[in-house]
Amino acid sequence: MCLAIPSKIIEVNDSMGVIDVAGVRREASLLLIEEPQVGDWVIVHAGFAIQKIDDDAAQESLRYLREAAQLLVDDDDPGAAANG
Amino acid sequence: MTLQHQEEYRDPQLSRRLIDAIRRTSTRPINLMEVCGTHTMSIFRHGIRDVLPDTIRLLSGPGCPVCVTAQPEIDTFIAYARVDDAIVTTFGDLLRVPGTASSLQKEKAAGRDIRIVYSAFDALKIAQANPDRQVVFLGVGFETTAPTIAASVLSAREMNVTNFLVACAHKTVPTALEALMQSDQVQINGFLLPGHVSVILGLQAYRPFFDQYQVPSVVAGFEPADILEAVRRLVEQIEQGAPRLDNAYGRAVGEDGNPKARSVMATVFEPVDAVFRGIGTIPGSGLRIRPAFAAHDAAIQLPVQVPESREPAGCACGEILIGAKTPPECPLFRKACTPENPIGPCMVSSEGTCAAYYRFHH
Ligand code: SF4
Repeated sequence: MCLAIPSKIIEVNDSMGVIDVAGVRREASLLLIEEPQVGDWVIVHAGFAIQKIDDDAAQESLRYLREAAQLLVDDDDPGAAANG
Repeated sequence: MTLQHQEEYRDPQLSRRLIDAIRRTSTRPINLMEVCGTHTMSIFRHGIRDVLPDTIRLLSGPGCPVCVTAQPEIDTFIAYARVDDAIVTTFGDLLRVPGTASSLQKEKAAGRDIRIVYSAFDALKIAQANPDRQVVFLGVGFETTAPTIAASVLSAREMNVTNFLVACAHKTVPTALEALMQSDQVQINGFLLPGHVSVILGLQAYRPFFDQYQVPSVVAGFEPADILEAVRRLVEQIEQGAPRLDNAYGRAVGEDGNPKARSVMATVFEPVDAVFRGIGTIPGSGLRIRPAFAAHDAAIQLPVQVPESREPAGCACGEILIGAKTPPECPLFRKACTPENPIGPCMVSSEGTCAAYYRFHH
């Protein structure tokens, strides 16, 4: 029931919105999130937007992940990093 | 903003690095449990079990909403479908779950008005369009789904749609974790906490649980790198003997979750003791409709007689839901029980462990 893919809000009409899920348009209720705006990325579950995705946090954790993965490989086995 | 990172969490190179890191760190045999049906699906679809070292056993817990719904609740849903003139609305995966003597699908084939909806709001629209009929929405699911149904009840009240009823069988996750820790049937060394339940609850909801049990617990997202990173952190915590409550899904989950959704949920629902299939009664682990919203409570507005319930004979769903058994240990798996002819709910729902094994595990 969970849609793991984030959707983009492309229209806001009161408490209803139109979202784009990987190219497909659907209606979603915006009742459960604060101040929905066109252009926000949201997680949608059972026809409701339930959270905005924080893009900065996403980029940051990705950076962290990449660094952590890289460092671990570098530390233990310098050769492995070159293969990746 | 392109949200390009979504793709990057699927980057095979990143995943390989994380797998390397896990392999290097993991020395002792451990059981990790995921308690979210969407994690179960993602783990199988991406073959994550196969790439982890032998030291790590991934167990699927009670994360499939339809699967944990108790047999008497399923039978009650079927009884609603048999009320003359009632319309029952439901998410699709409940349809084929076998009750004691029937299923919603059989009732539908017999002419009862059962409609699959994508959202509780669709059920509300059906109620508006059919003012002279009772429309019952079957409310199953965890804290991700419960706010959406609470919001629909609030809207129904606001719009004065008095024939919109909810049969509430919602369950809550943190209390179920406690029950799993107390079970002597399975030893769990770490939890992958559900991504979207945590979106609503925030990390704070797990603190009392964590403070009491001190078991490594990491919130995970759904992409391969999300899950692998959560596993990596769990392994690290276990190897270091330093359990933490940790968040590996920071782009969607914060300490406080979604307070608005929680307040909508708390306005309409209150905690109640609930029965999980496989676990039994867990105090305060379910939600019921508050008396102030009794007008929309199917349990009050539409009393039904439910014959005594029986679990499907030979089905090991209960033990599978707590990680005590895997589907191949059920004698019916792939023989009498298949997705075409499911005997228990774990084979019906796409989020069910038996269905996932059937599709992806050979
Ligand atoms: S394989 Fe079928 S009968 Fe066996 S536990 Fe799973 S759902 Fe139940």
